[in-house]
Amino acid sequence: MFSAEKEGVAVGRIYEIHNLITKKEISCRELTQKYLEAVIRDNHMLGTYVNITAEQALMMADEVDKRIHSGEDIHPLCGVPMTLKDNICTKGIETTCCSQMLKGHKPVYDATVWQRLKALGAVLVGKTNMDEFAMGNTCETSCFGAAKNPHDTSRVAGGSSGGGACAVSANLAVYALGSDTGGSVRQPASFCGLVGLKPTYGAVSRLGLIAYASSLDQIGTLTTSVEDCALLFDSIAFHDPLDSTSSVSFKADTCSSLNNSIKGRKLCIPQEYLEGLSADVKTCFEKAVRTYEDMGAEIEYMSIPQLRLALPAYYILACAEASSNLGRYDGVRYGHKTDLYESVQEMVSKSRSEGFGDEVKRRILMGTYVLSEGYVNAYYKKAQAMRHELAKAFDRVFEEYDAILTPTVPHTAPFLGQALTNPVESYQSDICTVPVNIASLPAVSLPCGADSHGLPVGLQIIGNRFCEATLLNLAYKFQQSGDYASSTDWGVTL
Amino acid sequence: MRYELVAGLETHIELSTESKIFCGCTTRFAGEPNTHCCPVCTGQPGALPVLNRRVVEYGVMAGLAVNCSINELSFMDRKNYSYPDLPKAYQISQFDIPLCQDGYLELSDGKRIGIERIHIEEDAGKLIHRQEDILIDYNRAGVPLIEIVSHPHLNSTEQVREYVDKLRQLMRFIGISDCRMQEGSMRCDVNISVRPVGETALGTRTEIKNMNSISGIVRAMDYEFERQCRILERGGKILQETLRFDEATGQTTPMRSKEADKDYRFFRDPDLLPVYISKEEIERIRAELPQLPFVRAQRYVREYGLSPEEAAQLTGYRRVSDFFENVSGSVRTPAIAAKFIIGQIFGRFRTEKEKEAFEIKVSEEEFTSLMKLLEEGTINHNLAKITLEKMMDTGASVSQFLDKDALKCISEEELDSMCRRALETNPKAVIDYKKGKEKALMALLGYVMRESNGKAEASHVREKLRVMLSE
Repeated sequence: MFSAEKEGVAVGRIYEIHNLITKKEISCRELTQKYLEAVIRDNHMLGTYVNITAEQALMMADEVDKRIHSGEDIHPLCGVPMTLKDNICTKGIETTCCSQMLKGHKPVYDATVWQRLKALGAVLVGKTNMDEFAMGNTCETSCFGAAKNPHDTSRVAGGSSGGGACAVSANLAVYALGSDTGGSVRQPASFCGLVGLKPTYGAVSRLGLIAYASSLDQIGTLTTSVEDCALLFDSIAFHDPLDSTSSVSFKADTCSSLNNSIKGRKLCIPQEYLEGLSADVKTCFEKAVRTYEDMGAEIEYMSIPQLRLALPAYYILACAEASSNLGRYDGVRYGHKTDLYESVQEMVSKSRSEGFGDEVKRRILMGTYVLSEGYVNAYYKKAQAMRHELAKAFDRVFEEYDAILTPTVPHTAPFLGQALTNPVESYQSDICTVPVNIASLPAVSLPCGADSHGLPVGLQIIGNRFCEATLLNLAYKFQQSGDYASSTDWGVTL
Repeated sequence: MRYELVAGLETHIELSTESKIFCGCTTRFAGEPNTHCCPVCTGQPGALPVLNRRVVEYGVMAGLAVNCSINELSFMDRKNYSYPDLPKAYQISQFDIPLCQDGYLELSDGKRIGIERIHIEEDAGKLIHRQEDILIDYNRAGVPLIEIVSHPHLNSTEQVREYVDKLRQLMRFIGISDCRMQEGSMRCDVNISVRPVGETALGTRTEIKNMNSISGIVRAMDYEFERQCRILERGGKILQETLRFDEATGQTTPMRSKEADKDYRFFRDPDLLPVYISKEEIERIRAELPQLPFVRAQRYVREYGLSPEEAAQLTGYRRVSDFFENVSGSVRTPAIAAKFIIGQIFGRFRTEKEKEAFEIKVSEEEFTSLMKLLEEGTINHNLAKITLEKMMDTGASVSQFLDKDALKCISEEELDSMCRRALETNPKAVIDYKKGKEKALMALLGYVMRESNGKAEASHVREKLRVMLSE
């Protein structure tokens, strides 16, 4: 098993917890109780959890304590309190996608990632807030209300995995799993000062991740450090025969190369990513670039003109797939069913009208439109062609370079309510994150400073497919080069 | 004016794979409602399909059986429409690039009916209507289907009947489906148009959906043909529409346009990979296919001197055909074996299911040894028949019967002495016969048959008796 001490790597929060409970300085039950108390105290201010699974958490904790007492050599993730985004299926535990449509829905099976983490002894504190069906980037489309930014509760935590980012940033969980379709892990990581990894498409099983846009969705991690991110990624990335798009050959090992030298690494910065940045983000990003130069990396600026196609292509493809994926919510088998109806048709249409929120309806309508006869060639097929072109452009970049550096978001966390009044502007803030999903690439966002209000700024590193090890090595070296970690006044203090 | 019928068929056939197309649930027919399902085939949130490779192989077998070319690379697409029996609100099917294309099926008169394409897809669940409620059974959801789309090359109901019959026979023969129309494992959509005889352009077509019997198809087509002709006669125009056939009234009626005019919004299913099948795999499947029934039938006529009817009967079902194949190689006179199989064995089965299953207690080896005894003259035809019946009833082997030498043929000497005894013990019959009462011979014959336990051959005994009586 990977050992932080042996590899000379810093000890992240997961290992701190691991050491505490294995050295019996605190029992897993006590630890879990501390987290649950903090959650109950802080949650109504932050809106991070939508379902607190206290009973199960304590049961799992007792199980872990038994294993420790029996002298078992436990996995570093064993006994560590964590959360799952509310679109990751948990058997018998409500999984709602933060939609009226799925309120009360208890899946009959576990998502593959949760099955694995459960087997390793993970302690699930609860399910976290998100934009309804992961559609949104501020966590404000949730039917439970928005998750707030622990650094400033008048601002958004980001989205769609806002609840998970909020939980980890406020130390109401040690780590969180989210999902990233167009930036939904990286953008909230950036807003909340965390490390957020969106793995290569196919690296982590999607089985049990309730689909938004199947060809873009990928489960990702939210942690306070790169070493935690590496440990977690290595634990959840494996072939799942029940997900046809899961890679058969990929073997995740990012931990062992975290501390490698990055001297001579070739990094490139496409200028398209530098447009429209806020002054603070620009400053932080330029500093980060200099840091890499100081560490011996070679930096070059270039242009990838196809990047301009990414955003429109993304919204067409994502909405098209969503319109199909969300067709199953008809009130027949599960989820919301209207009370009064006279025909099957009326039952379906009323159930959907009542169950879905505005943003979801908007995307279903757009998606239906772009796939319709007479429009499919002008929109959907063109977007597919654009996707192909963009992927090829990235392929050419990675023939020469090890990674791409960009800011994660052109700005820091906006105030609550801003996005809802201007959806198009809000869509545009996904400009840096979306191309990664379109091209099935991995990318990580990590803190690289703060703006004048003290809000975290994120640096994004994009790598070639299945090159997470390179990405996390670059990220780790950057993390160790300065003090970028931010802390908040919330949550558990140990 | 005289009109010509132009029809094309879309035939849906449920494949008899063990498990469903995208999950491990059983495909077994019937069963308590909603007991053969799981998160995948009921479209639970987060569930993902995994393509059953057997379905691809079965699809290729179907394609090869009707002379299609197989696409090494084809794709799974989503066909989006909302209906309560469709759990995901889309059916996973194949749209622009199907597994098989460009084949044909040859009718008995040599006419080739073009097959445009064959694709693989999933079946939907079933609605059960009760007074107030509509209930849904998802056992059938996800059962694999192939859809065989013909060109509009069919010009009479006879041709359609033969096409459907042949297709059913073929698919059953290669073992990919039981093709039971009454159970819904074979269903047809019929596209039909008419045109003046001599005209080459196609008329406007209508589509009759979901036919599940050949007689229904024929009745529906007859009705629709008449209807379209009448409209044209009056100078009217045919509307391109989707119809339903009402078995009770014998009429076609349009479906509501909501059900018929659908924009399926096809696109590639992002949850599944492209379907790749290598040339080597295709060739392996081709090699494993049985010789097709029409080819076998031709050989039976040519090499064994069977009548075309006999050959057709022997190739109607895979099991009986295989039985005959294995026997015919080791007997001298396959034609006689064929008659026994058709008359004695096949004659026992009443239903399609029984014919298909061909469950008998006699092995091919046992049957062959019986036929050899007959060929050697050890037993006669009559005895062979009786023995075969007994073997089928009890499952006992030929030698078991022959060990009791009761079943051996009676020698000529034995028969002579039996006949002599018959004359001695029936003097009255002898006198009557000599007086010209032909009927009196029956009493003597009856005596010999009793004595021989029915093993003697009546015509032979009758001759012997005549000769003795004339001495």
